[in-house]
Amino acid sequence: MTVLPLSRAAVTKPGRGRIIAAVLVAFVVLAAVFRGRDTLGLVPSDTTALHRRLNDLNHWVSSNRNESPIFLYFFNEIRAFVDALTTLFQNLISQPGFGRPVPVIGWLGVVAIFALVALAFAGVRVALLLAVGFVFIGMQGLWEESMDTLALTLSAVLLALVIGIPLGIWAGLNDRASAVVTPVLDFLQTMPTFVYLAPFTLLFLIGPASATLVTLVYALPPAVRYTAHGIRSVPRSSVEASESLGSTSFQRLTGVLLPMSRRTIVLGLNQTIMAALSMATVAALIDAPGLGKTILKSLQTLDVGVSFNAGLAIVVMAILLDRLTTAISRSKTRRPSRLRLPVLAVSGVLTVFAVYLSRTYLWAAEFPTTLGATDINIGNDIARISGNAAEWVTLHFSDLTGQLKDSTTTLLIDPVQTLLVESPWWLVAALVLSLAFLLGDLRTTVISAFCVAGLIGSGLWQDSMTTLAATLIATAATMLLGVVFGVWMARSRRADLAIRPVLDALQVMPPFVYLVPFLALFAASRFTAILAAVLYAAPVAIKVVADGITAVSATTVEAATASGSSAGQIIWKVQLPMARQALVLAANQGICYVLAMIVVGGLVGAGALGYDVVAGFSQGELFGKGLTAGFAIVILGILLNRITQAAAERRRGA
Amino acid sequence: MKARRVGTGVAALALVLAGCGGATVESGSSGGSGSGGDCGTVNMAVNPWVGFEADVAVVKYVAEKELGCTVNTKDLTEEVSWQGFASGEIDVIMEDWGHPDLEKQYVDEQKVATKVGETGNVGQIGWFVPPWMAEKYPDITDWKNLNKYASQFKTSESGGKGQVLDGDPSYVTNDEALVKNLDLDYKVVYAGSEAALITAFRQAEEKKTPLLGYFYTPQWFLSEVPLVKVDLPAYEEGCDADPEKVDCDYPETPLLKFARTEFITSDSPAAKLVKNFSWTNDDQNLVAKYIAEDKLDYDDAAKKWVDANQAKVDAWIK
Repeated sequence: MTVLPLSRAAVTKPGRGRIIAAVLVAFVVLAAVFRGRDTLGLVPSDTTALHRRLNDLNHWVSSNRNESPIFLYFFNEIRAFVDALTTLFQNLISQPGFGRPVPVIGWLGVVAIFALVALAFAGVRVALLLAVGFVFIGMQGLWEESMDTLALTLSAVLLALVIGIPLGIWAGLNDRASAVVTPVLDFLQTMPTFVYLAPFTLLFLIGPASATLVTLVYALPPAVRYTAHGIRSVPRSSVEASESLGSTSFQRLTGVLLPMSRRTIVLGLNQTIMAALSMATVAALIDAPGLGKTILKSLQTLDVGVSFNAGLAIVVMAILLDRLTTAISRSKTRRPSRLRLPVLAVSGVLTVFAVYLSRTYLWAAEFPTTLGATDINIGNDIARISGNAAEWVTLHFSDLTGQLKDSTTTLLIDPVQTLLVESPWWLVAALVLSLAFLLGDLRTTVISAFCVAGLIGSGLWQDSMTTLAATLIATAATMLLGVVFGVWMARSRRADLAIRPVLDALQVMPPFVYLVPFLALFAASRFTAILAAVLYAAPVAIKVVADGITAVSATTVEAATASGSSAGQIIWKVQLPMARQALVLAANQGICYVLAMIVVGGLVGAGALGYDVVAGFSQGELFGKGLTAGFAIVILGILLNRITQAAAERRRGA
Repeated sequence: MKARRVGTGVAALALVLAGCGGATVESGSSGGSGSGGDCGTVNMAVNPWVGFEADVAVVKYVAEKELGCTVNTKDLTEEVSWQGFASGEIDVIMEDWGHPDLEKQYVDEQKVATKVGETGNVGQIGWFVPPWMAEKYPDITDWKNLNKYASQFKTSESGGKGQVLDGDPSYVTNDEALVKNLDLDYKVVYAGSEAALITAFRQAEEKKTPLLGYFYTPQWFLSEVPLVKVDLPAYEEGCDADPEKVDCDYPETPLLKFARTEFITSDSPAAKLVKNFSWTNDDQNLVAKYIAEDKLDYDDAAKKWVDANQAKVDAWIK
C-alpha cells in the first residue's frame, strides 16, 4: 500500500519501478512461505521489562511530587502559571470570579466585544455573523460550557502563538533550525493526544492546567509549521529585490517576508485554533472544563442527541473563529471607507455600554432561557431531532453498513494486516528498508533502520504492524479524498464555498460525537476506527491540496488551456505536478492526523497500539506499556513521513 | 451606512432592555450556597458507567438540598480519580469495584485516601448472552459448551474465532486470561465503553443475532433486556490471585466507597453523609434508569428517588 501514492514517481524511472515491483512480489511470496513465524506477538495484558520500569517511574513521581526539587521549582511552577492564565480567562468569561457571583463579562459583553473586533478588522458581515453565532450557542443552552471551552482554547492558542511564531520564523529562515524543529513537530503531532494525557496528569495533575498544556502541545505544531512554510514560500525574486535595496535582515523580515507570508501564517492560526478546539474535548478526560464534559457524559448514557448538540456548539464556535481570522488575513486589501472611523467609534462606545450592562444586570450576565414568556432554548429540540435521526438511520441502514464493513474487512483490511502481522519481523524489516532505499536514499534507510529497531525494542512489534496496516489504508483513502476534493474545490469557487464549512465541521466535531452512531452502524471493528481516522484526517489533506492547486499561477494554467489541453490534462500534467509541495504536505499532515486518531480506534474495537494507549491511561499496571505504545505510534509516523518525503524529494531531483 | 444602522438598532434595543431593569448582579445571587454555610465544597468523581452516576446524583442532591454543600462532579476514569486524592481535586469515589494496587498506593503508602465502607451494592461481573439465545440454546449458559457455539459468535474482528465483547479498557477484567486458561476458541474485542456494550446487546436482541459479552450487575439495562449470565467455573477464594492464571468466574464484589483522608476526617456534614450512604441494587438500578433511559438530569432523577425514599435519606444525615 505504501507505494500506491508514489507509483507515478516510480514510473518515471522505469528501472527503479521494476525493482520495486520485484521487491513487493518477492515479499508477498516469502510472506506466504514463512507465515506465522517470528511474529513477536505479545498478549494484551502482558508487559515487558521496559514497560514495568516505566511503571516504577510513575510510582516514584506520584510519591515525590511535593518533595523533589524538579517538581517544586519546575513542573509545579509551570502548572501554577498555566493554571493562573486559564483561570483568568475563565473568570473573565465563564466562571464566577473576583468575588462576583457571575463572570466579569457576561454574555452580552462577550458578544459585543467579538462583534467589535470583527467590525474593526473584518467588516460588517463577519461582525453580524459572530453576533448571531454566539447568540445561537447561548440559545442551545450551552453558554457557560462554551465559554469554558473558549477560555481553555484562548489560553492554549495564546501560548501556542507566543511560542510558535518565533520558532516558525527561525525555522523558516534557517535550514539548520528547520532540521532540528521539524522532527520535534512531527513527534508532537504524531504523538496521539491520548498518550499525552497519562504523562501530563502525572507531571501536572488533573485539572485546567493539564488540560491547557495538552491542548497547547497539540495546537503548537501547525503554528510553527505554517509560519515556516509561509516564510519559505516567499518568491526568491522579492527577497532579492529587497536585498538589492540594502535592507537589513530585520527590515527584510518585517517588510517583505512576514507581510508576504501573512496568508499562510493565518492559515496556520486557523489550524491552531481548530486543533485546540478538537483537543479541548479530549482533555475532558482529565477534568478539563467545558463542552467536552457534556459530550463525554452523554456518551455514557448513549445520548446521541445531547452529544450532537454540544458538538454543534463546538462547530459553530470553530466556524466563527475561522471566519474571523480568515477575514483578518485579507482585510488589508480593502480600501477603508470614509465612514470607518466614526462607525468604529460609535460601536466602541456601544461595546463599552454592553460590557457595563453585562456586569450589572443579571439578564445580560447569564444567558436567558426565556424571552418574556417565550422559551428560546432550542438545545432540547436539536438534541431530540438529531437523536431521532440517528436512531432512524441505524434502524434502516445497519444491515447494509454491516455488509459494507464485512466486505471491506475481508477484501482489504484482512489481507494487508495478514501480510504485515503474520510475516516474520525480519521479512517486514527487510521490505521496509529496501523500500526506503529504493524510494529515498541511504540516509532514509539508516533512519528507517533506527525506527524498525525502536519498534522491536518497544516489545510491541505485532501491535505496531496491526496499526501500520490500518494507517496505510486510512492514509491511502485520505489522500484519495484529498486529491479529488482538493482539485474540485480549487477549480470551482462554488464547490469551495459549499465544501469548506463541512470540512471545518468534520475537523472540529469531536470524534466522540460520531462514534456512537458509527458503533451502531459498523459495530466495534477496525473498519469503524479506519473510517473515523479518515474523516478526521481528510479535511486537512483536502484543504492543503486545494490551497496548493489554487496557488498554481493562473498564467501557466491559461497557457495550457490556450495550447488546447483538456481539463483532465491540465489537472494531471500541470496543476498536480506544480502543487507537488502541497501534496507532500498533505500526505505528511494526513499521516499525522490518521495516527493521532488511531488511538480513538482503540476505543471502538480496533485494538493494537490504540488499545494499549487507552488501557495504559486507565490502568496503572499498564502505564508503561501505554507510554511505550505511544512512542511506537510516533516511530511509525516518523518512518512513514521520512519515506514519503524522501521519495518526493528524490523525484524533484530527477 | 449599513453598519451604522445596525449599530443604532442594537443600541436602541439595549437601552429598551436596560430600561426594563431586572435583577442586578449584586442583588440577585446565582450559585452561592444555601442555608448551612459550614459544608463548603465537595468534589465527587464520576466514573464512566451509569450506576456510578446514580450514586453521585443522589449524594449530590442530598448534600446540596439538605446540607447546603456545593458539589462539583468530575467525569474521570477510575485510575485518574484516584490520582485526584493525591492532588486534592477529588474528595469522594462512590463506587469502587476493587483496585488492590491503587488501594496499596494511595491508602497504605501515601495515606491520602481512606476506605469508607460498603455502598450496600453487590457487584457481579460476568459473561452474558441476549435472552433469545439462552432460550434457543439452553445449554449455552454452561461455559463447557461455549466452544461448540464459537462459530456463531464469529465477527469480522475475531479472526475466525468466536468474539467476546468487552467494554471500556479501564474496566476490571480477566477475560483475556480466561479465554487462554479455559482453552476457549475465542478472542476478546473491546467495544470501548458501556454505551457501546449496551448498543451491541440491544441490537443483538432486536435482530436476534448472536453476541457474547462482558456485563455486570447492578445495571439498569438488565430491566430493558434481561441478559442471561453464562456460568464460568465457580469462583473460589484465591483463584484470581494471579492475573495471568485466572480460570474461574468473577467473585461477587461488595462495592466500596473511598474518600480523601483529609475530607473524610473533617467535620463536614458531607463527610458524614458519604460515610452513612448505603442502598440496594434495586435502588441504584432505578435511579440509573431515570438517568440513562428517561434522560432526567442528575437533580431530577435524584429528587424522584429521594421523595419516595425520605426515610432512607434521613438515616444517612441524622
